[in-house]
Amino acid sequence: MSADFLYGIEVIINGLMAGVLYALVALGFVLIFKASGIFNYAQGVMALFAALTLVGIMEGQVPFAHLLNAIFGTDIHHFGWEVPALLAIFLTVLVMVAFAWAVQHFVFRHLVGQEPIILFMATIGLAYFLEGVGDLMWGSDIKTIALGLPQGGSFWVEDMTASLGGDDFYGFFIDKLDMVATVVAIVLVISLIAFAQYTKQGRAMRAVADDHQAALSVGISLNYIWVLVWSLAGIVAMVAGIMWGAKSGVQFSLSLIALKALPVLMLGGFTSIPGAIVGGLIIGVGEKLFEYTIGAPFLGGATENWFAYMLALIFLVFRPQGLFGERIIERV
Amino acid sequence: MLYREAGDFKTSYEADNQTFPIAFDRYRYWVVLAVAFLVIPFMINDYWANAIFVPFLIYAIAAIGLNILTGYCGQVSLGTGGFMAVGAYACYKLMTAFPDTSIVIHIVLAGGITAAVGTAFGLPSLRIKGFYLAVATLAAQFFLVWLFNKVSWFYNYSASGQINAPERFVAGFAVTGPNTAPAAQYLICLVFLTLCALIARNLTRGTIGRSWMAIRDMDIAAEIIGVNPLKAKLTAFAVSSFFIGISGALFFAVYLGAVEVGEAFGIQKSFLVLFMIIIGGLGSIFGSLAGAAFLILFPVAWKVLAVDLLGWPTDLVVHQQFMLIGALIMFFLIKEPHGLAQLWRLAKEKLRLWPFPY
Amino acid sequence: MLDQTTVTADGRTIGGVLMDMRGITLRFGGVEAIKDISFDIREGEIRAIIGPNGAGKSSMLNVISGFYHPQDGEVWFRGERRPAMKPYQVARLGIARTFQNIALFEGMTVLDNIMTGRLTQMKSGMLAQAIWRGKAEKEEVANREKVEQIIDFLEIQAIRKTPVGRLPYGLKKRVELARALAAEPKLLLLDEPMAGMNVEEKEDMSRFILDVNDEFGTTIALIEHDMGVVMDISDRVVVMDYGRKIGDGTPDEVRGNQEVIDAYLGVAHD
Repeated sequence: MSADFLYGIEVIINGLMAGVLYALVALGFVLIFKASGIFNYAQGVMALFAALTLVGIMEGQVPFAHLLNAIFGTDIHHFGWEVPALLAIFLTVLVMVAFAWAVQHFVFRHLVGQEPIILFMATIGLAYFLEGVGDLMWGSDIKTIALGLPQGGSFWVEDMTASLGGDDFYGFFIDKLDMVATVVAIVLVISLIAFAQYTKQGRAMRAVADDHQAALSVGISLNYIWVLVWSLAGIVAMVAGIMWGAKSGVQFSLSLIALKALPVLMLGGFTSIPGAIVGGLIIGVGEKLFEYTIGAPFLGGATENWFAYMLALIFLVFRPQGLFGERIIERV
Repeated sequence: MLYREAGDFKTSYEADNQTFPIAFDRYRYWVVLAVAFLVIPFMINDYWANAIFVPFLIYAIAAIGLNILTGYCGQVSLGTGGFMAVGAYACYKLMTAFPDTSIVIHIVLAGGITAAVGTAFGLPSLRIKGFYLAVATLAAQFFLVWLFNKVSWFYNYSASGQINAPERFVAGFAVTGPNTAPAAQYLICLVFLTLCALIARNLTRGTIGRSWMAIRDMDIAAEIIGVNPLKAKLTAFAVSSFFIGISGALFFAVYLGAVEVGEAFGIQKSFLVLFMIIIGGLGSIFGSLAGAAFLILFPVAWKVLAVDLLGWPTDLVVHQQFMLIGALIMFFLIKEPHGLAQLWRLAKEKLRLWPFPY
Repeated sequence: MLDQTTVTADGRTIGGVLMDMRGITLRFGGVEAIKDISFDIREGEIRAIIGPNGAGKSSMLNVISGFYHPQDGEVWFRGERRPAMKPYQVARLGIARTFQNIALFEGMTVLDNIMTGRLTQMKSGMLAQAIWRGKAEKEEVANREKVEQIIDFLEIQAIRKTPVGRLPYGLKKRVELARALAAEPKLLLLDEPMAGMNVEEKEDMSRFILDVNDEFGTTIALIEHDMGVVMDISDRVVVMDYGRKIGDGTPDEVRGNQEVIDAYLGVAHD
């Protein structure tokens, strides 16, 4: 096998790994969209916020320290302790649940029955709000997550695969972190599906996703379910935030990377968890391959900025219902 | 003078169709125009022009443009920043390629070029609806910014990758370049805004405006009663992009003078203009102006209050602005989805009956 | 022989065939919504389409207005075979309609809604409209006069400037009729114009339908469930059941048709 071909395969493998992370963010979208019809633009910012919170708690930062200092003229920054990772994750989950409750209680409870596009714009407002709050709470400098996740290329994979090619090929370069992310994502998806299938709350969730009014009429509290899905989406966001954050630092661009989940959803459909995963993988592989074969050599590179959106756009023109959606019969 | 419609009888359909059916509104409109054209230019200084008036005028044009597409025709776009970039770069290329032609013509042509690009990106709207389309317009945003970044022809192969506006004159006054007087900056933007608002008003009150709104309210019914959806949507994209292109050209040539595409026309611009029309009022020309004024004034006012008076650090205030704007958007969508324009309308309705509301 | 005119008992003239549906078949996936149906609509008549729920009546109306395209069959309009067309092109041929679930433009005023109905008559280009003074304004005013006539005719002067979203149901139905009439259609399709109305509102609506037919000479095809109304105002009736045509004729003929009675009252299956 020629080295070029093998490098192509390496690009595909790395694309799949990136795709897993896109799928992870997209999963949060699907959860909320299925249950409430809200297209949650803020999902990316939720990932950023969760990661910021996690780092802040671990490092023992005082929330809103800058604001407090500015108002009261004090000079506090840290509590002076460090919180162990697992406890910090647990506390972050609590924060995300509180956030879910607040979002439902203060915003979307008042927007029930509005048009989807109004809800969408409200989530853009929510994204701005949350970004401002996140920065106010924890400061806006780039942070690193010290969870002890493995970093760097895996020599083991490199050594094992080096023999595949000739002398120009040194084995596949695969980031250990990506491998961890893939495993975590698979575990997360399986547990979500198990939750939806086998628990009482999960059944209620699916009932709400199917038909709001029917669910109401059998005594399911919509409010409760919505807080539940926002909490789950918050937890998924936290996982995505940890993975992305470990990869490229916890910073504002995290919320933009998460924007890539939108074209993923357009390919996979907004309501399908398998769709989100397949869509994520297609986008991940597609943009890496495009950059490798066409973008970098012919177009000056950085085509990853727009490739996903263009792909989704062109795809939708030919198949407006997405990959797995059924054909829509319009009625008058 | 009382704010009344009683006794102000309309005897022709022309009179009934006018923009301000109540006499008092008409007088106020002329007063505002007179102050804007005859008083402010003599009082304006560098700070007021750069911090408030010029950005307000330019964003107001962009907001009118987006409002036509989103507020009147119901097609949400997140590509405003990208389309403003098209206007800016088209204007730059025209300015440097035809240095002897008037800048006014360049700006209008830049609008035309943006209209063509916008129409091309509007084509998918025939098949894609709602937030699917909103996400699809992100393709325009990211692709266009990337394009102007990567293809050095667009910035005339300059080493910095920036574009710089050369000095140009209108009626003997410099309107671009480093020697531009604040009043000249202000006036050229004001003229463009006035014309754009007038055109937008005329288009939205006639046949074409009604076919946009019909598509917005119920696209299937609109098509069955005779609206050609292709034509309605594409004209909305074209007109909207025309205005946005003009605002992009002014933003670059008159306001900033030098532009780096990712910084000046990033996705944040798209959101800013979208927020303007949400706060101001979807489907209202006046709302576009009100929203632009609000979102220009609000950060300035907050900064004056927090940084200058309270002495807080600047970055803190920026974060607060983010938070407050986000909160305001949600507040408006919950309490008053029709924005400032609707608040204004309600106030006027109260005033019409004041002081005897029953 | 179909082109000869007849005069009805109440003195109206019914002309030749305006619209001719020949062997229409419409399928959605495997489901046949309409099975090989033929019928015609003659100029100046009031033609009713009746049948139980799910019989395919609305689908038939959607075929006529070009929203659905039948897999088989031909649509002939004014003596010519109509090729497959988009709905807005059909509207321009002079076919207007109302909808079963009111489809008004909720964000617009009553006046704007009705003016939108005249869209097919308005020709001024974008540039003229941007300038407004002159051509566009003249056209607007001329069309406004026509619309005002319709507003007078349907007695909705008082709500002219009210946003449609604020109107009660009965008035919305009337505004929808006004919007369809504004197009000055040759053929007016009404999908359950009296659904959900009380007796008084039904009487008003029946009167408007008869007046439209009488004064403007508009041909009307309507779907209606209220048999009393249908038998009173229509000249001829098509009866559909499960996508098939089971009866066609004057109200009296249809009333006596055994298959129709079975469809409506049910029949013992043995």
